[in-house]
Amino acid sequence: MSTRSDDRPPFRPFRNLNAKIASVPMILTTMVVFVGGTFWTVLYSFTKSGLLPRLEFVGLAQYERLWGTNRWLIAIENLFIFGICMLVFSMVIGFVLAALLDQKIRFENTFRSIILFPYALSFIVTGLVWQWILNPQFGVQGVVRNLGWTSFTFDPLYNADIVIYGILIAALWQGTGLVMCLMLAGLRGIDEDIWKAARVDGIPAWKTYVFIVIPMMRPVFVTAIVLIASGIVRVYDLVVAQTSGGPGIASEVPAKYVYDMMFSSQNLGQGFAASTMMLLSVAIVIIPWAYLEFGRRRRHG
Amino acid sequence: MRHAMLAATLAASVAIPATLANATDLEVTHWWTSGGEAAAVAELAKAFDATGHKWIDGAIAGGGNTARPVMISRITGGDPMGATQFNHGRQTEELIEAGLMRDLTDIAEAEGWKDIVRPSSLLDSCTVDGRIYCAPINIHSWEWLWLSNKAFEDAGVEVPTNWDEFVAAAPKLEEAGKIPLAMGGQPWQSGGAFRVMLSSLAGPDVYKKVYGDKDTDAAAGPEIARVFEAADNARKMSAGSNVQDWNQATNLVITGQAGGQIMGDWAQGEFQVAGQTAGEDYTCLPGLGVNAVMSTGGDAFYFPVLQDEEQKKAQGELAALLLKPETQLAFNLKKGSVPVRGDVDLEAANDCMKKGLDILAEGRTIPSGEQLMSQDSLNQINDLVVEFFNTPSMTAEDAHKRFVDIVASAD
Repeated sequence: MSTRSDDRPPFRPFRNLNAKIASVPMILTTMVVFVGGTFWTVLYSFTKSGLLPRLEFVGLAQYERLWGTNRWLIAIENLFIFGICMLVFSMVIGFVLAALLDQKIRFENTFRSIILFPYALSFIVTGLVWQWILNPQFGVQGVVRNLGWTSFTFDPLYNADIVIYGILIAALWQGTGLVMCLMLAGLRGIDEDIWKAARVDGIPAWKTYVFIVIPMMRPVFVTAIVLIASGIVRVYDLVVAQTSGGPGIASEVPAKYVYDMMFSSQNLGQGFAASTMMLLSVAIVIIPWAYLEFGRRRRHG
Repeated sequence: MRHAMLAATLAASVAIPATLANATDLEVTHWWTSGGEAAAVAELAKAFDATGHKWIDGAIAGGGNTARPVMISRITGGDPMGATQFNHGRQTEELIEAGLMRDLTDIAEAEGWKDIVRPSSLLDSCTVDGRIYCAPINIHSWEWLWLSNKAFEDAGVEVPTNWDEFVAAAPKLEEAGKIPLAMGGQPWQSGGAFRVMLSSLAGPDVYKKVYGDKDTDAAAGPEIARVFEAADNARKMSAGSNVQDWNQATNLVITGQAGGQIMGDWAQGEFQVAGQTAGEDYTCLPGLGVNAVMSTGGDAFYFPVLQDEEQKKAQGELAALLLKPETQLAFNLKKGSVPVRGDVDLEAANDCMKKGLDILAEGRTIPSGEQLMSQDSLNQINDLVVEFFNTPSMTAEDAHKRFVDIVASAD
């Protein structure tokens, strides 16, 4: 009946009322727990809170101490090295494994299960297993030495310079299986005709992968990167199980600093300041990316 | 059949409350998990069970720095245990201020703790605004150097009598394939060992100035510079002891793979469990054989505020029990620590414990680090020292400079 030709949908607050009511608890949870918790943490990071939160503002003192603490700087450096290596290696290894499994080989299910299996283990178990494997007395080094190569040295967990790579090995062992499965699903989603067309045109297989298949798998890559990246920022249990930050403080990570400050040192303010910095660094990466990703989509309609 | 089941269930539901009427379960959390410690805590449980109540053991493995967060979050999170171990001192300050800990003053007065606890500083550490909030259970001193007689025999040198002789003997030990100084990887261990070097080599007065008054001039002084040189030696001597936990490091000494270890008197419990005799199999040097002073920190039990009347009563009974002479004796003999009351007959004490008792009797005591400094500042020092011990490129001067910075901002 109406003669208006608005292409915007009319505002109808009671449409789909059931669905709206059903989503209220989740919206409340998000607002109170996530957004509220975040604001609370940032607010209290400017206070002198000890064991219990206390509204006694000290300005930026917590942040000054944070950036003057060697342990925090080492933790940031470790996270940086660990993050870059983890991202690159798990993507490359995961994709290569998936491409190999995609060659219509026998026992594919068996291989896939074997490679995915470590992902079923918790970080704590993974960490302990690799702590034993990398232990110089009875791990890899011990075994090789017993075979007769007595000068063989491989003790990453006891060498402050390379300890973070010892943790990286365990993280890769645990995480690449999942990346491989995602990639494999992505590869299976590529139309068989594309491969046929490429073969007809005489394009070598590696070129087909790099220039045709990988660009087509963009959504899968984004999913994999988001999963890995969130794992990197919160890496904590693996370090605790493998080295508990040692030798010395050589394998500290930011999440562990936050935990130790809040609970072991009974200095909530310092822990909040550190976690705010972690949030900030994630935001610096996420916000431009989200802007590019979603902003562009909207423009394209 | 069905009736019989029903009857049995009814009978059971009547029977269980009947047995529980005067026996209350009390959960007690602590971090005593090594062999000697577990044996000692079993004595407490036995004594408490004998009163008709039930000791529910809530051991948390991994040392105080792991256990305390769990305990604190349970107390602040509204799920308090019946009683819990802490080191008396400043760890519980804020919990008491927030009113989460039970005031034990009436029990302390009824039992006359003021007259029996020795040294009195132990009870002072439990006291906030004139009220008593904890029951001290033992005196722990950090200031011990434990030496393996076997290791020195194998290396063909005399067992040292002080720190300098120990450092001098280190090359011989290394030749014999031994690690001169065993040191676990956890930060509190190297931090504690450093504090021992400071109070022993620089003397108790400097120690009190630095840790107690946070005097930066004293911290920057030449005495502390010498302590960092000693720590530099200790760093070289401890290279190669790839262990994490303190009792693993103690085990290196017990088995003669390492020359010695700087560790508190709780290490003695491990020697006892291994069946070794003080003076014959191992030697102890209080204050590194230089300044025989003992810090009088230790463990104490705190009782969170509970609502249940029965449990409150059981808490009170446990608090009183902890300071009874029999409990004190049984517990401390197993633990290798010193009782908090002076009138306990320590006939059965071994050589090392007697040395400790003599030092106490002469009053050569200093407050423990936990009594003087907040856990936050102590952890900062621990972090610095453990970094120093594991970073060969870090110079003693560098570490000293950063130590002064920490002392300047400490509280």
